[in-house]
Amino acid sequence: MKIDFQHNQAAHCENGVTSNLLKFYGIGLSEPMIFGIGSGYFFSHMPFIRLNGMSVTSFRVLPGWVFKRVTRRLGIRVRRYKFRNRDMAMQELDKLLEKGIPVGLLVGVFHLPYFPKEYRFHFNAHNITVFGKEGDRYWVSDPVMESVETLSGEELRKVRFAMGTYPPRGRMYYITGIPEQVELKPAIIKGIRKTAKDMLTIPIPMFGVKGIRFLANRMRKWPAKLGEKAAALNLSQIIRMLEEIGTGGAGFRFIYAAFLQECAVILQQPWLNDLSREMTGIGDQWREFAVQAARCFKNRDKGQTSYDQLADMLIMIAEREEKVFIQLRNIGL
Amino acid sequence: MKKDELPQDKGYLIEGKVRDLNYVVDQDGRYVSALSIGWAPKNEAIKLAWEELYEHIEEARQLVLAGKASPLVFYMKLNIMDIGILASYTGMSRWKVRKHLKMKCFSKLKPEILAKYAEVLNITPADLVNTERIREIVIRHED
Repeated sequence: MKIDFQHNQAAHCENGVTSNLLKFYGIGLSEPMIFGIGSGYFFSHMPFIRLNGMSVTSFRVLPGWVFKRVTRRLGIRVRRYKFRNRDMAMQELDKLLEKGIPVGLLVGVFHLPYFPKEYRFHFNAHNITVFGKEGDRYWVSDPVMESVETLSGEELRKVRFAMGTYPPRGRMYYITGIPEQVELKPAIIKGIRKTAKDMLTIPIPMFGVKGIRFLANRMRKWPAKLGEKAAALNLSQIIRMLEEIGTGGAGFRFIYAAFLQECAVILQQPWLNDLSREMTGIGDQWREFAVQAARCFKNRDKGQTSYDQLADMLIMIAEREEKVFIQLRNIGL
Repeated sequence: MKKDELPQDKGYLIEGKVRDLNYVVDQDGRYVSALSIGWAPKNEAIKLAWEELYEHIEEARQLVLAGKASPLVFYMKLNIMDIGILASYTGMSRWKVRKHLKMKCFSKLKPEILAKYAEVLNITPADLVNTERIREIVIRHED
């Protein structure tokens, strides 16, 4: 059977799954709205966590948090599972589909057959929605794809039990109850305040605005400490995180600007439009950083752009983000 | 970013199937979404990452052909795995897998264990032990 489920493409998989699931239950929220209410915006640079031998730099919160926060802040009830037994994981999924419930799944992308080959790394925090089963084929709505896809039972089992960093272990989640009245405004305020708090006040240098400065200062030392080649690889890794499928451009900064613009209307606070424009400017600066960085690691030894100059750009970006969130921190109704 | 400035640099995405959804500003200053087929700096970054991987795979191939490592090393790198990932897929401990990466232990492996490795690495057990096959595999970017 196939559930009547509308597939909408989104920039990011988790926002997309959340937005599509909510839409199925009659709550129409845009992707930026989901991202903002779920406090998806973040920055962290963690040298001690390694992915393919390189430090992890991330422009968003941990996988799963956006869905968790959005549903909690809107008063939506959900159930989530993880499994040890693979057969059971598939049976439970089938049971839910029989009942006509679309299910969100956490999967690894390495074995996803419809993904472009160049993007298939052992990355285990991808989200899809399964909304039907016909014979042995499952109907899949993958928010980064332009249209719906199908997977065989075997393929689905493989991606649900992918291995590596943060294995999904068959995780699945679905919505069980919707409140009669959804209170959007308080949820927005909570979402913004949380993001501002996380960006400004975490007392560890790796996170938030401090994290950007931390990365900048480490970057200055890369060529001397790691050698030209490793430095170039590290830099390219940051560009990939910044512009990887699903950031909506400039490491989610443009999505957040879109969110602030929407909020200005909903909350009737026109000053948010100014901040939205400033956030767009910050996003543009991140893009400029990517252009310069690419130039830097492409012609390694010609050295037109130095790591020092790139670090200076980051410091400037940190300055601007800090100002925006100091203003947002005290937002009220 | 303005809508008319959205880059369309062909890279690794596929038109009509998977493209980047970007949030851009239209003429009236409103945010809208638009699809992009790629962006040069990002394509460069992806290319660099793959070139690095290919280098590692090539190194592994030379090691195996010289008899200094078991074919597992080559296929592991070909599947972008490390010892930890290979171990968790096969359900064996890391130190065991590490041992099997040496030719001396690999040649004594039981058929069941070879079959397990072959399944995880997406090849047949016969191909796994056939070192000559490694020589012929072409590692290249499909541009």
